[in-house]
Amino acid sequence: MTIIFLLISISLLLALGFLVAFIWAVKSGQFDDAYTPSVRMLMDDVTHKPKRMEK
Amino acid sequence: MLEFDKAPHIGMGMDQRNSDKLICFHCGEVCDNDDIRIEDKIFCCQGCRIVYEIIAESGLDSYYDIENKPGIKGLEDVPQNKFAYLDDAQITDKLLDFQDENTGTVTFSIPQIHCSACIWLLENLHKFHPAIRSSKVNFLKKEAFIVFSRDQLSLRRLVEMLASIGYAPDINLQSIEQKNTPSASRKLWLKLGVAGFAFGNVMLLSFPEYLAGEGEIEPYFLQFFSYLNILLSLPVLLYSASDYFRSAWVGLRKNMINMDVPISLGMLVLLGRSYWEIFTDTGTGYLDSFTGLVFFLLIGKLFQQKTYDSLSFERDYKSYFPISTTLIKDGGEEAISISKLKVGDRIIVRNRELIPADATLLSPSAQIDYSFVTGESRLVTKKSSDFIYAGGRLAGMAAEFEINEEVSQSYLTRLWNHDSFTEHARSTVSTISDTVSRYFTYIVFSIALIAGLFWLPRDMVVAWDAFTAVLIIACPCALALSIPFTLGNALRLLGRSSFIAKNIETIENLAGIDMIIFDKTGTLTMQSSDAVIFHSFTDESLTQKEMRQIKTLARQSTHPLSYRIYQNTVGNVSDKLVSYEEVEGAGISGEIEGKKYQLGSKQWLISKIGSFANGLDSSVGSSTYVAIDGKIRGRFEFKNTFRPGLEKTISELEHNYTIALLSGDSDHEREQLQELFGTDKELRFEQSPADKLEYILEKQRQGKNVLMIGDGLNDAGALKQSDVGVAISDDISAFSPACDAILVGNRLHNFSRFLNFSQSCIKIVYLSFILSFIYNIVGFFFAVQGLLSPLFAAILMPLSSITVVSFATLATTMQARRKGIIG
Repeated sequence: MTIIFLLISISLLLALGFLVAFIWAVKSGQFDDAYTPSVRMLMDDVTHKPKRMEK
Repeated sequence: MLEFDKAPHIGMGMDQRNSDKLICFHCGEVCDNDDIRIEDKIFCCQGCRIVYEIIAESGLDSYYDIENKPGIKGLEDVPQNKFAYLDDAQITDKLLDFQDENTGTVTFSIPQIHCSACIWLLENLHKFHPAIRSSKVNFLKKEAFIVFSRDQLSLRRLVEMLASIGYAPDINLQSIEQKNTPSASRKLWLKLGVAGFAFGNVMLLSFPEYLAGEGEIEPYFLQFFSYLNILLSLPVLLYSASDYFRSAWVGLRKNMINMDVPISLGMLVLLGRSYWEIFTDTGTGYLDSFTGLVFFLLIGKLFQQKTYDSLSFERDYKSYFPISTTLIKDGGEEAISISKLKVGDRIIVRNRELIPADATLLSPSAQIDYSFVTGESRLVTKKSSDFIYAGGRLAGMAAEFEINEEVSQSYLTRLWNHDSFTEHARSTVSTISDTVSRYFTYIVFSIALIAGLFWLPRDMVVAWDAFTAVLIIACPCALALSIPFTLGNALRLLGRSSFIAKNIETIENLAGIDMIIFDKTGTLTMQSSDAVIFHSFTDESLTQKEMRQIKTLARQSTHPLSYRIYQNTVGNVSDKLVSYEEVEGAGISGEIEGKKYQLGSKQWLISKIGSFANGLDSSVGSSTYVAIDGKIRGRFEFKNTFRPGLEKTISELEHNYTIALLSGDSDHEREQLQELFGTDKELRFEQSPADKLEYILEKQRQGKNVLMIGDGLNDAGALKQSDVGVAISDDISAFSPACDAILVGNRLHNFSRFLNFSQSCIKIVYLSFILSFIYNIVGFFFAVQGLLSPLFAAILMPLSSITVVSFATLATTMQARRKGIIG
C-alpha cells in the first residue's frame, strides 16, 4: 500500500502543474479579454498581394 | 407643393427612403448625389473616398467583405498640424507604454471600434506601414495595442495614419496622466485559481475518511493526508482569503462589524480547530469545508464584479480636455501641452477646438458653443476683450486668446476641487449586509457562548466542541453569497436592458431613493434629432426645389443651426452654389441657379432687406429666417423634442418620488415643461454647475435620498454628490461624466421599472437571508450538542450555499422577466 504515497505525490504534482499553467494564463492576459479572440479566430489571414485598384 | 406647416417634421422619412437611396460604400450613410465615385462604388463625401483608396491600395479591401459598410465617415479637411503636439518628446514619453532606441509600444483608446471588420483592419496595420510590427485589438475595451519601430515611424505619423483611415485615437489629458494598470480581476482570478486547486485536492484527500468505515484505513495514511491538507490550506489562508481578513480588520478598527467579520471569525475557528485536531491526532479537521468556503466566496466576488471595460464611471474634465493647444510665440505657432500654459500666454483656437483655460478674447469676435458646460444649447457670440470661461468649443473662424488662469485654476476645473470630489462622500459598503452581519455576529456569539457554558460543568471537551462547532456552522457563507449573487445578477439583467450600473452598491442605493432630479438639455431632450419646423409667412410655401437649395446653402456653414437645417431637410444637394458669404453669428447668403438665398437672424435680415413685408411673426425660442430674392419667406423654428415615453415615465414616477428639474438653460420652455411635469413640481432654470450641486446637498440635508439624471459636464458635480448619479447617453462609448450608472437614452421610458426592480431585488436578498438562517438553525441544533462531524459540515455548508445561490439568481431573473426588464 505504500505505493499510495507515490501516487498521491504524482497526482499533486500534476495538479500543481495545472495551477502553474493557470497562473501563467492569467498573468499573460488571457483572462482580460474574453471576446476579441473569438472573433479573431474566424478571420482569414491576408494572403493576397496588394490588389490593383479597380480603375 | 409641400405644406410644411401641416407636416411639421420635415426631417422624417429619411430612413424609409433608404431603399432607393444612394448609400456610401464606405460608411453606409445616405449620399447626397453620385458625384463622388470609383467605378461602381459611390461615396458620400471626399473623406470616405480617400479612406477607401488608402485601404484598397494596401490590399486590405476585404475590410468591406467582413461587414457591410463598416467604415467610419471620413473627415474632410482635418487641420494639418492637429497632432503636432505628438512631436513633443515629453508628451510621447507619457503616452508610450514602453520604448527603447528602436521599439515603441503604445495602447490607444479608439472609440470608433465597433465591428469585427474594425478588429481585422486594425490588426492588419502592418500592411499600411512596414514599421508597424504588430497590433492587437481589445474589442470590449475599444483599445488597440501597437508595437512599432520608433526609428522608422514617429508616434505622430502613426496617429495620423490611424486618423487617415478613420480610427483617430482618443488622446486627452487623462490618457497621459493615468497609466494602464492590470485589471483587478486578474488578481481575483489568481486567488480563485489557488483556492480551487486547494479545494479540489483537499476534497480528494478527505474522501477516504468519509467513505471508508471505522478502522478500514491505516492511521498513518490518514495522518499523511491530514498533513498534506494543512499544506494545501496554507496558500488559501495566506493568499486567497487575505482580503476577507484585511477587510474585517479594517472594519473592527473603525468599530464596525461588517460582513467580513463573521466570515473571518468562522474561517479562523474552522482552521484553528482543524489544525488542533490534526496536531493532537484527535481528528482530521474541516479543511475541505474551509477551502470550499473560500472558493465559493471568491466565485461570488467574481460574479458581482461584472465590469464593463469600455465604460468608465470615473471620468472628469481631464478626459474631455485635449492635451495640447497652439501657442503663439515669436510670431510662429507651436503646439504646447495645456498643463504648461501660463497666465499671459497667447493661444490660437480653431473651429471645433476647445478653449482650455479661462481667457480673454483678442480677436474681434468669436462664437462659442458652451452646450457641454452649461447645458445652454445655443452659440454665444463674444467680442474682443470679453472674458471667456474654459470648456467652450469654438465654432467658425479661428480666434486668438490670452490666458487669464492656468488650466487647473479655471472656472470649470475648479468644480473638481469641491468637497464632493475630494472626500469619499459615500461609503461604498453595502448597508444591508452591515446591519444584518452586526446582529448576526452578536447572536451567533451568544449562542456559542451559552452552549459552551452549558456544557462546561459537565464535560470540558464537549463544551469546547460545542463552542467551536457553533462558530463554524454559523459561518455566514450562504449569507455572504446572497448579496453578491442577487445584486450581481440584477446588475447583469439591468445591463442587458441598457441600464449599466457601476457596482452592486448602486443597485442597493437605487432601492432607497425617494427623490429624482432631472437635468433638461440632453436628458429630457434629445440632442441629435431635434425637430426643425418651417413656418411660412406668405401664402406660398417653399417648393421642394427651394427646400433643396436651402439645404445646399445651409451645408456650407459650420453654425449648429445651419447644420440642423441641413440634417433635417430632405433632398439631394446637387445644385451649384455661387457667391457664398457668411457673416459670423448673423447669417449666410448665396446664389443658386440665379436665385439669391439668405438665411440668418432676424436683425441681420432686416438690416439687409429692410423691414418685414408683413408683421406675421410671433417667434418663441430660436428661429432662423429665410429670404429668397430679397423677400422674406418664413422662418425655421428649432424645437427640442422630448424623449419618447417621457410623459408616461414621469407620471409613473411622481406617485412614489419627489420630482424636480434643474436646467442650465433659460426658462423659455417653462410652459412646455410644466405641462410635462405638472405644476406642483419644482423647476429651476439657469442653474450653474455649482448651483445644482448645492441644491442636491440641501435636499440631502433634509434627509432625502437623491437620484440625479444628467448628461453633461455641467451636471458632473450634482451626479457625484447625489446618492445615485445616472448619466444618460445616446452612445455609451461617448463621453459621460463621473457617475454611478449609465443609462442609454432610448431606455429612459423604462426608468420606473428599473427602480421597481431594484426594490424587488432587496426583498430577494432578505428572503435568501431567511433561507440561509433556516440552514443555520438546523446546523445549530447539532452544533450546540457538540455533534458536528466533518462529513456533516462538508455537506451542509456547500448545500446551503448552493440553495441560496440558485434561489437568488432564479428569483432575480424571474422578477426581471415579470417587470419587463428582459424579454
